[in-house]
Amino acid sequence: MSTAAVHSLWTIAADPIPRIDAPKIEYGQLSPVLIVVGAAIVGMLIEAFVPRRARYYAQVFVSVVALCASFAAVVALAAQGYGTTKAHIAAMGAVAVDGPALFLQGTILLAALVGLFTFAERRLDPAAHGNRVDSFAAQASSVPGSDSEKAAVKAGLTTTEVFPLLLFAVAGLLVFPAANDLLALFVALEVLSLPLYLLCALARRRRLMSQEAAVKYFLLGAFASAFTLFGIALLYGYAGSVSYAAIAQVVDGNVPHITPALANTMGNDALLLIGAAMVVMGLLFKVGAVPFHMWTPDVYQGAPTPVTGFMAAATKVAAFGALLRLLYVVLPGMRWDWRPVMWAVAIVTMLVGAIVAITQTDIKRLLAYSSIAHAGFILAGVIATSRDGVSSVLFYLAAYSFVTIGAFAVVTLVRDAGGEATHLSGWAGLGRRSPLVAAVFAVFLLAFAGIPLTSGFTGKFAVFRAAAEGGAVPLVVIGVIASAVAAFFYIRVIVLMFFSEPRPEGPTVAVPSPLTMAAIAVGVVATVVLGVAPQYFLDLANQAGVFVR
Amino acid sequence: MNPVNYLYLAALLFTIGATGVLIRRNAIVLFMCIELMLNACNLALVAFSRMHGNLDGQIVAFFTMVVAAAEVVVGLAIIVSLFRSRHSASVDDASLMKL
Repeated sequence: MSTAAVHSLWTIAADPIPRIDAPKIEYGQLSPVLIVVGAAIVGMLIEAFVPRRARYYAQVFVSVVALCASFAAVVALAAQGYGTTKAHIAAMGAVAVDGPALFLQGTILLAALVGLFTFAERRLDPAAHGNRVDSFAAQASSVPGSDSEKAAVKAGLTTTEVFPLLLFAVAGLLVFPAANDLLALFVALEVLSLPLYLLCALARRRRLMSQEAAVKYFLLGAFASAFTLFGIALLYGYAGSVSYAAIAQVVDGNVPHITPALANTMGNDALLLIGAAMVVMGLLFKVGAVPFHMWTPDVYQGAPTPVTGFMAAATKVAAFGALLRLLYVVLPGMRWDWRPVMWAVAIVTMLVGAIVAITQTDIKRLLAYSSIAHAGFILAGVIATSRDGVSSVLFYLAAYSFVTIGAFAVVTLVRDAGGEATHLSGWAGLGRRSPLVAAVFAVFLLAFAGIPLTSGFTGKFAVFRAAAEGGAVPLVVIGVIASAVAAFFYIRVIVLMFFSEPRPEGPTVAVPSPLTMAAIAVGVVATVVLGVAPQYFLDLANQAGVFVR
Repeated sequence: MNPVNYLYLAALLFTIGATGVLIRRNAIVLFMCIELMLNACNLALVAFSRMHGNLDGQIVAFFTMVVAAAEVVVGLAIIVSLFRSRHSASVDDASLMKL
């Protein structure tokens, strides 16, 4: 009896195992993200193996090279036409490579590079025991005010882990606006959030406030992402798929073949409406729109100022990218349902941001409420549901991010004995004491206010025009009123800086290293160029304003 | 059993978690309530996966577990650092920044 025959006495052959094809990954098109992730991992290895003295320089070098290389990869992809004619969906449907994605990734990378300069600044704080220190805690695990903290400061420790953390956050931010299925969206959301929670807790001065900000940001952020995830579950239940294209087909009602289960769930509008609302809620939380804005002022105030600047700029860019893609690619079929809700959110966001900002006495909280108001202005462009709407939002985000990082970089310069002097009373008469810094800050404030010849005006004009053409004229009227209210408190700060007497024991302006100078200079140049000669960038945003489906 | 029942259970667990986040005051308990919400999401995803007869939902559930684990690492680190400097994990005590 043959072996096979013996074997068949007590066994039967099962069905052959179906082949699982290896996924096809377009590494070239994903290279911007892959470069940043690779550099972040290299950064962790540097923490493990490079001597302490050399870590700072190694980390800064690796981070700068990675961000520049990643930006070059984005430009190369755009030059090959992936932004326009060759736009397509990579990584088995998970990541879109198209105009809005590439435009926003480029913006995020430039913002991250400028933000990195402010992270690496080591001349503002007075040298502790002969060691230059940056804005981050000597040792995050040491209790504030304890002996271990004093020992860490004396030993000249610095938290160089912030650089890999920044790169991981950037990797999440890059995927977030390009995510083309709900799973990629959720993973990118967490990858960008978790490093930011940690970065918020790492301030060198006012550590209790910094830790408090981190706890608030973490608990509220995790709460919001749980809502997002439940929304994802409901949308998956509605459409039987997590891919944007498949969900859009079900929403529009043109599915090629309907399974019995799908026929059962796609008739259930509650799943679609509640699911979409919960996912949008999570994105509005990241954007900082009212009524999901409560974390913004506390976190912006408590976090180390370089982190605040980076977070305010880059997170907003990425979250608006993700929101646009969700509303324009997945849910255009139910725009009659989401537009009224977004109308209400935009109006409340503009008004609350602008009005509450008037009462603020802390410059970082003031900028936080101003960022809430700006989220409202950008939402007006989102509501337009037109190609102009997309491109105006893209332009606004690019303009806004450089102004924001520049403004927060100026905040790091104005210091007294306790670190940064963020109370507005300390800023009185700054224009007499150091005219250049005050003038630069005035430029940023004018851009926030949307005064002509600054980038803020061009962006606001584009967004409001798109909204008006989309039929949202009342929204534009309210937006202009909110801008006028906002202009009041920006101008008030300018008046305070230039037309009041400096206090004798007021804060001084520290002379920064070329790194912060470069960050501020980039902010000023971007503000002026995008304000005076915006046409090239408007055309660029216009070309990039088409999503791949 | 009808998979719809699992969805009701998931919605119930999610609501319990969300209510807990809103009414409890200890940061660790808040955090556990958030974990409960994430697990309710997992249950809903797996139930929908069973209803539709495809595996997408189960794959998302796996990713959720990984994300939840990463969140525990980051979250506990932040909460412990707050506890060590204040000797309290109550979120009401953390009120240096008020309007």
